[in-house]
Amino acid sequence: MKPAAFDYLRAGDAAEALEALHQEGGDARILAGGQSLFPMLNMRLARPKLLVDVMHVAEFGRIDDDGRTIRIGAGVRQAVLERHVDLKARQPMLAAALAWVGHAQTRARGTVCGSIAHADPSGELPLALLTLGGSVHLRNRKKRRVLAANAFTTGMMATQKGDDELIEAVSFPVAVPGTGYAFREIGRRHGDFAIVACAAVVDAAKTVLGIGGVADMPVRRELPLPADPAFADALNQFAWDLDARDDLHATGRYRRDLVRQLGRQTIEEAASCRA
Amino acid sequence: MPRLNADTRHRVAFTLNGRPVSGQAEPRMLLSDFLRHEIGATGTHLGCEHGVCGACTVQIDGGLARACLALAVQTEGADVRTVEGLSPDGGATLSILQEAFREHHGLQCGFCTPGFLVTLDALFRDDPHASETHIREMLSGHLCRCTGYAPIIKAALAAQATLLARGAVAHPDDTMPEEDVHA
Repeated sequence: MKPAAFDYLRAGDAAEALEALHQEGGDARILAGGQSLFPMLNMRLARPKLLVDVMHVAEFGRIDDDGRTIRIGAGVRQAVLERHVDLKARQPMLAAALAWVGHAQTRARGTVCGSIAHADPSGELPLALLTLGGSVHLRNRKKRRVLAANAFTTGMMATQKGDDELIEAVSFPVAVPGTGYAFREIGRRHGDFAIVACAAVVDAAKTVLGIGGVADMPVRRELPLPADPAFADALNQFAWDLDARDDLHATGRYRRDLVRQLGRQTIEEAASCRA
Repeated sequence: MPRLNADTRHRVAFTLNGRPVSGQAEPRMLLSDFLRHEIGATGTHLGCEHGVCGACTVQIDGGLARACLALAVQTEGADVRTVEGLSPDGGATLSILQEAFREHHGLQCGFCTPGFLVTLDALFRDDPHASETHIREMLSGHLCRCTGYAPIIKAALAAQATLLARGAVAHPDDTMPEEDVHA
């Protein structure tokens, strides 16, 4: 399997990349780590005319923590974020989710923003971004805009990103004291796509559960606290509302059960981690 | 770097196992094909060509990479290490890691082996004391259809023990600073 022909541009700065996107529109694709894009190119599911390599744009290589959010630039590889100082303390869910992303060999290349842009329904990083209420920083030649994660993804591998835009960064909220975070996943083998992935945020007032791998994009819902008698029914309703389907890997019935069981376990873990 | 045209072959040069190499590549040429067909370095094997099997795993600038999920033109100016770079003397002698694979039947047909070796080479360089759990997790990025993995784990642990016992490290540039001793 070999990619179809395309031009290649190694952008030296953001302006050069944005100008290329402006000129080529939907015929161009941003190439960052390439760990989602190359399988699609090799299988010819994607046939861009131009790849714009942004890995040499210095300003995209930054991780900035302003105390409220961790802003991760377009060129930051997943393995670099994994090794980022105190990530586990700054945002434990993000640290936990990263370990489930592909394999060490793909995390060494793949970027955080690339995973968000790819918007795979079973992707861990889109699920973590959605559940935490993070945001996506888009930019074209003329302007920047920021979208909340829940407004960014519109469906299976579909997002609000315009053809002339790139994701210059994504922002994850920093952990808040008194709030617990957890991430769990079930797959056939380590590194496989998630059959069901769960991300949970629990504080004194509410529980938020995000589910990936079931619907055609990650879904987040606020639930009663685990001790509330209404909790089990609310979680069960969530499992049904995701409209799980049968596929090669699992039945819809099994997926619903995972949402109920793994969802509860993830929430309980998050509740027990409240600091 | 100017925009590289799809239909033209462009010169690509990088360092391969410590030596400068160059060749011609269209932008769409994968690093795996460039290594094998342009350079003639056929130690890197191609299984699935979409990043799943791990056979083509190499190191780019010290980090692990699927050579089938990278372009030759992306590696312009980079430092690439492949299975051919493991032997301490260019092929006459096996490295400690390779010898452990031979000793413990860590391979049968050998097709997947270059990828396993390259991953373990990087792992023991970055984390000489990696736990068995960590070793297993790292090797989850590789498929082997012959061995059932148990002999591979055994070979990895044996290689690690030998490396630690000899105080040897996978890379000559990976030296620990002198320890400050106040007795």
